[in-house]
Amino acid sequence: MLYFFEQFLNGIQLGMLLFLLAAGLTLIFGIMDLVNLAHGSLYMLGAYFAATFADWTDSFLLGALLALAATAVTGMLLEVIAVRRLYGRSHLDHVLGTFGLLLFFNELVRLIWGPAGMTLSLPSEMLNAVEVLPGLFYPLYRLVIIGVTLVVAVLMYLLIMRTRLGMLIRAGASNREMVGALGVNIKLLYTMIFGLGAALAGFAGLMQAPILTVQIGMGENILIAAFVVVTIGGIGSIRGAFMASVLVGLADTVGRAFMPDLLHAFLSESASSSLGRALSSMMIYLVMALVLIARPEGLFPAAGK
Amino acid sequence: MSPTTKPPVKTGWSMGIVTPRIGLNIAAIATLAIVPAYAALTGNAFALTLFTRVVILALAALSLNLIMGFGGMVSFGHAAYLGIGGYAVGILAKEGVNSGFVQWPIAIGAAALYALVVGALSLRTRGVYFIMITLAFAQMIYYVAIGLDRYGGDDGLTIYHRSAFGLIDLSNRTIFYYLCFGLLLVGIYLVWRIVNSRFGMVIQGARSNERRMRAIGFPTFRYRLVCFVIAGAMCGLAGALLANHTDFISPAMMHWTRSGDLIVMVVLGGMQALFGPLIGALTFLVLEEGLSRLTEYSNLILGPLLLIVAISIHGGIDGLIAGRRSG
Repeated sequence: MLYFFEQFLNGIQLGMLLFLLAAGLTLIFGIMDLVNLAHGSLYMLGAYFAATFADWTDSFLLGALLALAATAVTGMLLEVIAVRRLYGRSHLDHVLGTFGLLLFFNELVRLIWGPAGMTLSLPSEMLNAVEVLPGLFYPLYRLVIIGVTLVVAVLMYLLIMRTRLGMLIRAGASNREMVGALGVNIKLLYTMIFGLGAALAGFAGLMQAPILTVQIGMGENILIAAFVVVTIGGIGSIRGAFMASVLVGLADTVGRAFMPDLLHAFLSESASSSLGRALSSMMIYLVMALVLIARPEGLFPAAGK
Repeated sequence: MSPTTKPPVKTGWSMGIVTPRIGLNIAAIATLAIVPAYAALTGNAFALTLFTRVVILALAALSLNLIMGFGGMVSFGHAAYLGIGGYAVGILAKEGVNSGFVQWPIAIGAAALYALVVGALSLRTRGVYFIMITLAFAQMIYYVAIGLDRYGGDDGLTIYHRSAFGLIDLSNRTIFYYLCFGLLLVGIYLVWRIVNSRFGMVIQGARSNERRMRAIGFPTFRYRLVCFVIAGAMCGLAGALLANHTDFISPAMMHWTRSGDLIVMVVLGGMQALFGPLIGALTFLVLEEGLSRLTEYSNLILGPLLLIVAISIHGGIDGLIAGRRSG
């Protein structure tokens, strides 16, 4: 039971991380109608920036804040220089163009930081484990990730539902042309949304950096998982992205934790471990295929689309 | 699938006069035809390796163009068929079945069967959702391959004997090249026949306006599904060729970025152009190779180049040559 609860927390933590990526992706998808394969590159940049700045400043927190700002600025520059020119084109042109960006950023990182990965070490007080339930110790840092991301999710909710910018974002999601016709500076709005998405992706990257190694291509697999989340949630829906993140995070972690044991009931040790590994990696795609077969527009299709 | 007596659709390459586009296509085919001679004369064996790869991936891109360009079905999981075709050859070779007469039909059949399942489930969705669900299925196959411990798992599997076809020796690189080249030409001919047949008209009609096609009585789902399966089978064959070419299979050959490469080739060459995938594969792979000799950081140039193509050129290289937007 304790083991189950621990895996449950792991699943929530992964889900929260996916939400940070998926929220930006779904905003960019829903409002600018852009398929952005370079979103994972911003995640990677966030991690590299954090590792570098933390090294310079000797402070995890300061490094993280600087990295957050740096990714946001990078995202906005990227939008102004390149991405802006892809709006209104076909999804295939988006795939071609942002695939080019992905190649570019991977190479750029290799040029600047070299092919070897980096590590970002946590402040010592973060290394402790907390007794969340009697007998269950859980790493403090993972709890911090869950907590901070929940705060970000609430802030996002407030931003989108309670502020003027959020009102414009929502209006843009349901009818872009009309928002432009009403005199809103659409270009600036798009740049800000892209910057926001980039900051969220960078934030996910830097939060994950101490747990994983910071390396080239780290954004590629998680990007696909984030796309899965966006698709399950319904493109353009932040609420859908949140629900789907939790669902995907839990499906993945619980699958990984229990699939091999479950299979062991029927199969030999080695067969169940290799098959279990394959099946649990497939889990989130299976969930997505099932959701799309039952509901071809995702669980929470954005209104007005 | 038999062609009707109707005149073929005017898509440029059937107009009968030598346009820049036809000139480019002839030049590309002619170049590919003399590659082994060039390699033999200059002793540049690497050229043959590179162009064998070009020809094989052109066949894969050709099959993708059939569903994506002509059918409007944007599959982001096309590398899965390459993998299935390749693994069929690799697994059979490992189990001691070396005959190509067994291996290749199984490769094609397995890819077609997978395409049938994926297509039947995915073709209910539209647009970006279709892109994502095809990606999801390809990812599943990718992880299945990683889980195949007996066949190398993550590390892949070396194939010690190429497919055996009686007297035809595939380990002779020139023979193998011409076999691939011949199959590519057959593939191009097949796609040409398909696209201009009544079946192909329905597929293209369903791309332009599916509701209307249904309204005049075509069960578009079935037509699309058959088209999807044909493309899968063709790409499965390309996978079998690729496994023979590299003598190696690994999950990496169906990583999602490989599917991305195939899309890039098709879009770069020009969608809905019969020779577009060939031009695209040729350009992409030669550019990649050339740049990597120029600098260690070749993608710093290749990436922005793709972006510029996406931004400024409508209809890829074919659109550039033909001087109009094809699509």
